[in-house]
Amino acid sequence: MVIKTEPFVVNIGPAHPSTHGVFRMRATLDGEVILDIEPVFGYLHRGIEKLAEERTYTQIIPLTDRLDYLASMSNNLAYVLAVEKLAGIAAPERAEYLRVIMAELQRIASHLIGVGAFLNDCGAFMTPILYMIREREKILDLFEMVSGQRLTYNYMRIGGVSHDIPEEFLPALDKFIKGMPGFIDEYDQLLQENEILLARSKGVGILSGEQAINISASGPVLRASGIKWDIRKVDPYSIYDRFEFEMPTGSAGDCYDRYRVRVEEMRQSVRILKQAVEKLPPGEVRSEVSHLVRPPAGEAYGHIESPRGELGFYLVSDNSIAPYRFHVRAPSLLNLTALREMVVGWKVADVLAIFGSIDICMGEVDR
Amino acid sequence: MTVALSGGEIAARLEERFPGSVVESGQDSLLVKSESLRAAAGFLKTAPGLEFDYLTAITGVDYYDYFEVVYQLTSIRHNHSLVVKARCYGRGNPALPSVVSLWQGADFQEREIYDLMGIRFEGHPNLKRIVLWDGFTGYPLRKDYLQW
Amino acid sequence: MEIEERAGLYIYSDTQLDKEEGERIEALKASSQQPLPDPDRWLDEELRRHILLTSVDAVLNWARRSSLWPVVCFPACCAFEFITTAASRFDISRFGMEIIRGSPRQADLMITAGTLTWKMAPQVRRIYDQMAEPKWVIAMGACAISGGIFASSYSVVPGYSRIIPVDVYVPGCPPRPEALLYGIRLMQDKIAKRSIITED
Repeated sequence: MVIKTEPFVVNIGPAHPSTHGVFRMRATLDGEVILDIEPVFGYLHRGIEKLAEERTYTQIIPLTDRLDYLASMSNNLAYVLAVEKLAGIAAPERAEYLRVIMAELQRIASHLIGVGAFLNDCGAFMTPILYMIREREKILDLFEMVSGQRLTYNYMRIGGVSHDIPEEFLPALDKFIKGMPGFIDEYDQLLQENEILLARSKGVGILSGEQAINISASGPVLRASGIKWDIRKVDPYSIYDRFEFEMPTGSAGDCYDRYRVRVEEMRQSVRILKQAVEKLPPGEVRSEVSHLVRPPAGEAYGHIESPRGELGFYLVSDNSIAPYRFHVRAPSLLNLTALREMVVGWKVADVLAIFGSIDICMGEVDR
Repeated sequence: MTVALSGGEIAARLEERFPGSVVESGQDSLLVKSESLRAAAGFLKTAPGLEFDYLTAITGVDYYDYFEVVYQLTSIRHNHSLVVKARCYGRGNPALPSVVSLWQGADFQEREIYDLMGIRFEGHPNLKRIVLWDGFTGYPLRKDYLQW
Repeated sequence: MEIEERAGLYIYSDTQLDKEEGERIEALKASSQQPLPDPDRWLDEELRRHILLTSVDAVLNWARRSSLWPVVCFPACCAFEFITTAASRFDISRFGMEIIRGSPRQADLMITAGTLTWKMAPQVRRIYDQMAEPKWVIAMGACAISGGIFASSYSVVPGYSRIIPVDVYVPGCPPRPEALLYGIRLMQDKIAKRSIITED
């Protein structure tokens, strides 16, 4: 007996009980299967690009913190590199090493939340994320020693970093580096061959390599589809060409591969941290740059590999103390373009697992 | 290292294929006419040796006489990059052809430029406001937007 | 996959739905030009002299303040400080608040963690209206108090008090978990002083 069904539209969001922020999806369903999905966002559009045109280059650094609020150090770094490219300023050696240390610690902290939220959506309600937050608190303690803040650090400056590290930082960092690989192995043991995780994420939400390039995906989403593209390797910024690390890539482009790529990236970040701490030179941490820096007229695009993908800042300057145009190339916005292809044909419960595996942060989608 | 190709060498190849499409070319960027944007972009995407298959970013800038849209293109295969620009004059109804059929990553970015600056992209399947709400008057990122 | 051939796939790509949403937002924006007054009549001296807190009140207030259940309202960065307050190190479960209810009908506290934009304002108002009495609101962070660092933007509401009445303000950008726990303590003290005779 065939039951006649009709497609109907259901609203998922903007306030939903997962940690992904205010994102709304209008899903057209036939029973439980998704026919079409339309993402609607803009619920956190704060007008950062317009606000930046009224602030000096140094005053924009706290604004960039709040773009991708889970990876504030990376945002600061990308913006400061773009301004230094525009103005032709170089940072001292010690500052470059400190920047790398902070960026890699931030990558581990952001991936902990990304993986934890994905596991939350897959059904392991609260247990993995509580363990990951326990480890993340150790990283936030390190950041608090350096900048005084737990979430929005405002640490990088044009021409270096704002303060040197205190004495207790390096012993605490060594202790963290010793303990972290053991922790990753511990929960990997529990989750790598877990049947429920495999059933919910293997083969779900597949994004092929050509599709990923076409939609301008970047970061773990692109690498899980098999494309070897990591800004730290193909276009090294700062001093990343002096460190040895691998680029984990997946093959199938499904949720499980994206999860594994993030876990492996955490291991590689610990490796970079060990090398950076060994080679940290003494010296000053900030070059002489005026607070009201006036870059010469022109434009520049500076990009880094943030935990979510390629974060870039496009700046146009007209030789005044504020930028003429400030644009953010947000990785989460472009990774979201693939949501429709990945989700059509799956059931409602898979939507959140797929959406969680892309790992977006609404602050930078909406700006 | 990603090599940033200079506008001059690409301009020569583009001119021989589509004569009259390049307005000016410099060390950093290449400026094409807005009518020949889609043809030039298609050529840049498929030409052997160039193959810019990855659209990194699209930005709209408001210089008072004209709007300029800047395309940052990258080639994953050859690891080089290029900056292409197109201008539209007149503040009444600025329009440009859309490149969504070539790079789908342009979808949300073009909608956002339409939303915040008012530049229409012809050929975009779903050009409506994305970060602001329907019924918002004005285009905030223009230089003459008055808030109060 | 060319996008032209899939152009017809947005079956319900609703410009009609978008238009209705836009009209609701503009209507709410037009009607919230002044901040709502804070509910603090209980501070009025005149009233305190006439009220005697009975033991029924004491028991009710103790029950209500010891198990405040927050509702999901996580726009922006402060959300992550709230999540870490609820998680391993700063355990919010010792105050009876670890169940963050997804449905507003089952919640009695709204901790507004993030910047409010005009596009999101009708949804927050709707969540607040759906919560059952008695309900309270803690405004967390600088953006919730006054718009914060984004106050002069074209799309940001200058503080949640424009659309919902706020009981406790917790400053910070973002506030530390200890600051949020202090704000929750103040909220509990405020609830302890209520009386069922003059329900505010």
